[in-house]
Amino acid sequence: MLPATNMRIAIIGSGPAAFYAAEHLLKQDNLTLEVDMFERLPTPFGLVRGGVAPDHPKIKTVTKAYTHVAENPRFRFYGNVEFGKHLKLTDLRQHYHQILYATGAQTDRHMGIPGEDLAGSHPATEFVAWYNGHPDYQHLQFDLTQERAAVVGVGNVAIDVARMLCRSPQELKETDVADQALAALSQSKIKEVYLLGRRGPAQAAFSNPEIKEVGEMVDADVFTRADETHLDPLSQHALATSGDRSLNKKVEILQSYATRQPTGKSRQLIIRFLVSPVELIGDKQGRVTKMRLVKNELVASETGSINAKATDQFEELSVGLVFRSVGYRGVPLPEVPFHERWGVILNEQGRVIDPATKQPRRGEYTSGWIKRGPSGVIGTNKPDSIETVTCMLEDLAAGQTLTPAQPDPATMERLVCERQPHYFSFADWLKLDQSELAQGAAQGRPRVKITSVNEMLRATGKV
Amino acid sequence: MKIETILTTKGSNVFTVRTTQPVRDAVVLLVRHNIGAVVVLNDAGELRGILSERDVIRAVARDENLTVLTVGDLMTRQVIIGEPGDDATAVLHTMTEKRFRHLPVLDQGRLIGIVSIGDLVKLQLDEYQGEIETLKTMTNGE
Repeated sequence: MLPATNMRIAIIGSGPAAFYAAEHLLKQDNLTLEVDMFERLPTPFGLVRGGVAPDHPKIKTVTKAYTHVAENPRFRFYGNVEFGKHLKLTDLRQHYHQILYATGAQTDRHMGIPGEDLAGSHPATEFVAWYNGHPDYQHLQFDLTQERAAVVGVGNVAIDVARMLCRSPQELKETDVADQALAALSQSKIKEVYLLGRRGPAQAAFSNPEIKEVGEMVDADVFTRADETHLDPLSQHALATSGDRSLNKKVEILQSYATRQPTGKSRQLIIRFLVSPVELIGDKQGRVTKMRLVKNELVASETGSINAKATDQFEELSVGLVFRSVGYRGVPLPEVPFHERWGVILNEQGRVIDPATKQPRRGEYTSGWIKRGPSGVIGTNKPDSIETVTCMLEDLAAGQTLTPAQPDPATMERLVCERQPHYFSFADWLKLDQSELAQGAAQGRPRVKITSVNEMLRATGKV
Repeated sequence: MKIETILTTKGSNVFTVRTTQPVRDAVVLLVRHNIGAVVVLNDAGELRGILSERDVIRAVARDENLTVLTVGDLMTRQVIIGEPGDDATAVLHTMTEKRFRHLPVLDQGRLIGIVSIGDLVKLQLDEYQGEIETLKTMTNGE
């Protein structure tokens, strides 16, 4: 028997994992579930707004599907409301039957090498958040008067950063890159950008469209080195037995870049393989000036995984700007069990696990990157969130939920108003969205992002 | 993708038995948790082998008296060990090629989990489904 009141669910975070979970919860025909979504920023969509590169507008069209979810009358958005600050876990337990954490992976892993914290060495995510107009990162400064930059890593964030550093002012102007970043990047003196992969071309994580795209930039030539893109016997064997045609194609494209000749474009992107930074070296002012690299060879582990192993050969690379993109990790949430080593909320198929009893914590769930770690593309969060929601529905049916004293929307809204009078509803966001799009249209750009919370409040008439 | 991704959503429970325990203890664990294999440790807590459904079935086929045997008698001793950073696709290939279905994962010598062939297939399915999902929303968004 289901109780007479509607079951109420709180979702923390508003990125892809949050929206896929909301979608799946709201489309249960036999249940009238209510979903309230809480977001720290006034604006929704997580990394779709703050992470996806400005020159990849097509990927951002996924927000149309999320907006459709938000139109459901049983859905509410509370933006500019932070879990742990405006609302504590005990508050949510008073008002909801289930709570889902979908806060993503917000920080970078460190390389763990000397000199990593020299001036001019940055986490790639900070640069990404800055050029995407994330309000918390607009104060950052990146020294774009440097001529040589290195991006450590060959995942999709690394290649986004390298590409953004290589884009011409005209190319950037056609995107929704944040105004401040547009101005700074348009003045950039960068001439050479190095993308550094620890393993070989057959192990690189970036996709074929991404790797083709960098070969077609308006004002930057792309190169690889023949000695680094030539396949070692292990990779050759792995490639031959995998039957993976797109992987073969990827290697082919990367090898073709080794035979390209300079065409006189202003910038060069040099993709290097089989190298790992072992030290960043700075000048007297503590500014990074060069990077010491070790050459790697590939070895197969017992499981057939191909790993990088350092040799005794080193080289130095002069660079004045370094971005590390060697992995991401989640940030612990107040009062929620966290697995330090993996940087995720301790969970089993999305049920939050109490570390002491190893049993699920009643009514608490997780999905997305804070559940499984940073992997996959935006859509990968859909099967992930469905797995979690399946657990939530099982527990609902079994009556294993929280027992809130005040499970009604009006009481919750009053509480939010009290704690954060300047909260953003989804209607507020749509207003902001329209205003950004209109400003963009006036300048012949897809959108001009508002990059401070105060401005967002002003644009929606809240202050 | 790394096999670590699989372990992050499996809680922190790894089911283990000692070499000296009766086979029945291990079989009860397999049934209770609906799993295909348990990791076998010696009394010092070091990994000594793996006991899978297969090992038990083989013993049944040999008409062995399971009630008197210990886990140590039946377990597979030659075990391939994984690390959290191992590539999931490579592991799947190796499992298929070498015909085994469970991989204990050690992080700096410490047992942190077990990855089954089913986990790897699911991971790959989710990966493909995710890519299809992304492409679908991009084309519908046109």
